[in-house]
Amino acid sequence: MSPAQETLLRRVEKVDGGLDSQDVATSLGVDHQAIVGAVKSLLALGDVISAEQRSSKHWELTGEGCEIAEQGSHEARVVSSIPEEGMPQSQLMKLAFGKVGFSKAMSNKWIRLDKGHEGGPRIFKTVEHLEDLVRDKLLLVQKGQASQLEEKEKNELKKRKLLSEVTVKSYWITKGSCFSTTITKQETELTPEMIASGSWKEKKFKPYNFEALGVAPDCGHLHPLMKVRTQFRQIFLEMGFTEMPTNNFIESSFWNFDSLFQPQQHPARDQHDTFFLSDPAQAHEFPQDYLERVRKVHSEGGFGSQGYKYDWKIEEAQKNILRTHTTAVSARMLYKLAQQEKFTPVKYFSIDRVFRNETLDATHLAEFHQIEGVVADYGLTLGDLMGILHQFFNKLGEGSTSQGWGQFHSFNSLPGNVIQFKFEVGL
Amino acid sequence: MPTVSVKRDLLFHALGRTYTDEEFDELCFEFGLELDEITSEKDIISREQGDTKAEGASDVILYKIDVPANRYDLLCLEGLVRGLQVFKQKMEAPRYRRVSPASSEPQRLVITKETTAVRPHAVAAVLRNITFTQERYDSFIELQEKLHQNVCRKRTLVAIGTHDLDTISGPFTYTAKPPGDIRFKPLNQAKEYTAQELMSLYKTDSHLRHYLHIIEDEAVYPVIYDSNGIVLSMPPIINGDHSKISLNTKNVFIECTATDLTKAKIVLDMMVTMFCEYCEEPFTVEEAEVVYPDGRTCQYPELAYRKETLSADFINRKVGISESTEHIAQLLTKMCLRSEVMSDGEQIEVEIPPTRSDVIHACDIMEDAAMAYGFNNIPRTTPRTYTIANQLPLNKLSELLRQDLAAAGFTEALTFALCSQEDIADKLLKNISETRACRISNPKTAEFQVARTTLLSGLLKTVAANRKMPLPLRLFEISDVVLKDESKDVGARNNRRLCAVYYNKSPGFEVIHGLMDRVMQLLEIKPGQGNGYHIQAADGFQFSPWCFQLPCQTGPTSLPSGAAV
Repeated sequence: MSPAQETLLRRVEKVDGGLDSQDVATSLGVDHQAIVGAVKSLLALGDVISAEQRSSKHWELTGEGCEIAEQGSHEARVVSSIPEEGMPQSQLMKLAFGKVGFSKAMSNKWIRLDKGHEGGPRIFKTVEHLEDLVRDKLLLVQKGQASQLEEKEKNELKKRKLLSEVTVKSYWITKGSCFSTTITKQETELTPEMIASGSWKEKKFKPYNFEALGVAPDCGHLHPLMKVRTQFRQIFLEMGFTEMPTNNFIESSFWNFDSLFQPQQHPARDQHDTFFLSDPAQAHEFPQDYLERVRKVHSEGGFGSQGYKYDWKIEEAQKNILRTHTTAVSARMLYKLAQQEKFTPVKYFSIDRVFRNETLDATHLAEFHQIEGVVADYGLTLGDLMGILHQFFNKLGEGSTSQGWGQFHSFNSLPGNVIQFKFEVGL
Repeated sequence: MPTVSVKRDLLFHALGRTYTDEEFDELCFEFGLELDEITSEKDIISREQGDTKAEGASDVILYKIDVPANRYDLLCLEGLVRGLQVFKQKMEAPRYRRVSPASSEPQRLVITKETTAVRPHAVAAVLRNITFTQERYDSFIELQEKLHQNVCRKRTLVAIGTHDLDTISGPFTYTAKPPGDIRFKPLNQAKEYTAQELMSLYKTDSHLRHYLHIIEDEAVYPVIYDSNGIVLSMPPIINGDHSKISLNTKNVFIECTATDLTKAKIVLDMMVTMFCEYCEEPFTVEEAEVVYPDGRTCQYPELAYRKETLSADFINRKVGISESTEHIAQLLTKMCLRSEVMSDGEQIEVEIPPTRSDVIHACDIMEDAAMAYGFNNIPRTTPRTYTIANQLPLNKLSELLRQDLAAAGFTEALTFALCSQEDIADKLLKNISETRACRISNPKTAEFQVARTTLLSGLLKTVAANRKMPLPLRLFEISDVVLKDESKDVGARNNRRLCAVYYNKSPGFEVIHGLMDRVMQLLEIKPGQGNGYHIQAADGFQFSPWCFQLPCQTGPTSLPSGAAV
């Protein structure tokens, strides 16, 4: 326990009510801050003392105010410096207090100015004896009797920057519920030595501070988007969907567009929307018979479709791009499925990166992730599609069922009575 | 989705009743449209240019309706009204007819062989005895603009020209001439210009300058003349002033020039079907004859009605409902696909009108049936397909490793797969030719020049962006890089990588080393030469003394192909 703390405790003990910390500081002749320090450390020990924060304002003289209190106000000094025969104005103005004092003295009518005097304007005293009220008031404040002045007077002096209001914070110290002049130090931690020696039985322990936060564990983190992806992946697996191999960012236009019945002049195939590759620029291997069938459906129709009736160019289909959707992979998978000797129903999914040649802004990136699901079986209906989506969202826990189905658009249709829908959810 | 702007009151007048905004929103939704915005011209200008500019602008309420991109028949008020009225069964879909001219020969458009080089196809038609009001006129012009933006692919595929037939006389010639030889007064100009002068004139025109490139560099420009040498238009840029349409025009000659004949026919059909309503004999279009360079002739517009037969069972099975044949025929008729039950009671004959060029397969018909039935009315079922799910082994491994790396105290980063050339070469003190990187031909910025061949650049950039964070930084990423590979059909493949970075005041090689040991432990690969893993210093990684390669022979645990550390 420091001497300040000890002295303070003894003082508090002696007094009936309480003590003001400022008074203590003054009577001990120490800096107020030292007392504040002692108060704070005593407070930390528990309820030894209680301290109430108080602030009081009082008036103090500014530097200029002190100067006036000593030497008199500017205007008074002006008057006292003018001799019987008067003084030229220019000479008066040269004095330190001249300018301010001149105008004040004029308004108090303590001097007069003779503008027409020979040798230049000249100032004369009009009074012999004056009361330097300003100085008197300041002296009162200096003596600590500021309360004798009216508010108006004090504010006026404050305006002239002769007085300033100073806030003083102090503590009102009273005995606490566990007051004692001796302080027992509180332990913060139980140590193995205390347990071994049994000394813990006599120790007092500092209560825990539950207001503060604990120590943050130094752990690693998974990326939030990847966490969402894991969640979606889990939902698909629970619904029996098998993951497609989507680890190929570069795709040919054939699989990405043509096999999905997107015509070669479609705007999505523009330079503005798709990333084309300059190296490797073209894909060089395609299942030829399938390519022929795709060409035919685009240009002439087939499998019940009218087709688009334009000249389908293989050069366009060979162009390599960064895939704009993982549906390209679905197309490959369905083709593989069709090559099987015996058809087996499948449910496929993928969640992977796709690329669009967009200008970046706050809500658009050139790379993002796409979720894709495919079900292939006999006798599937539109109702089944809606049912699966409904179940998917249920598992997600969004509860965005019933209304808000937004719009279906038949995105494209694959040859052979396989229908693909793309669906926008109005969230 | 294209947006059509219609005046609300005009729309309600044409529909024969008013709706509240909510009611109309519902109606749009049922029909497959979306009421995007309710605004006025004043609002629009106010938002874009400030309130002062909006003073005096029209207060008339506008509905902005989103229509599907392939529904060219809903791009104008006339089409929308027709579609909605038929949908609400307030009227029957009109029958569009091509008719011969009453007393004379049909208008003739002769195509010369010079056009083959630049814009080979053209079709034409006539709207006879039409009456325009200001609204109809505006709608007419607006539809051309919408079609130009939409199916015409900004005039590159098709360009539409409309002319006052009474100011010109056929037969018309569609030819192509060197730009210096073409001279005429274009729309809304005071004097004549040559084609070259027009190219420079329109370079500063905010609307037309986007189309100049279509013919600018060609040796010959397309141009249409009448029999007196008057220029009707120079497609796809601008029409002549002489034949411009006004409110008083009674007879309209429409021509569409194109690089795609199918689209030209569709566009012509669209223009005439929408506006022949206002002809003296409503829903009739007068034919025009097109003469090809080889002498063949063809009558336009085609206005073809196509028939498809399908069974009610087909629709029921595909949608997942069970409706009677009659009801299905009714549903389809509501969507402007007039349908009749055939004599066997099972089959439905569906007639696809020229306005529904978007219907090209039976599944499109099925979709319309579903829409008319109401998507929300379709019972949701779960397919009875029973499948066992399988994870892709590569992804399964990645997911497991991710968890353990985070448990080891590292934070996952997600970085771009595209980067600049410097990122994978110069900044790593490598030569770009060594990297086997795939190059993008049309990046919008230098940040997307190549596909990444290493995850390291992305992680280092992440560190650079997070220097203010408390140290140390421990980052990892498990993701794909892209490498050229001639053995693949596209010439490139992905390669799954794991990358970790430790950033602190002291380098901490032992931290990364320890992490790597942990990963190997998880993969059950023991340290050691021969059948395990070991570290050796690598050449080429010169920027820090402790970069290493990891030759690794796997024993009983086989890593899935494509994984490398």
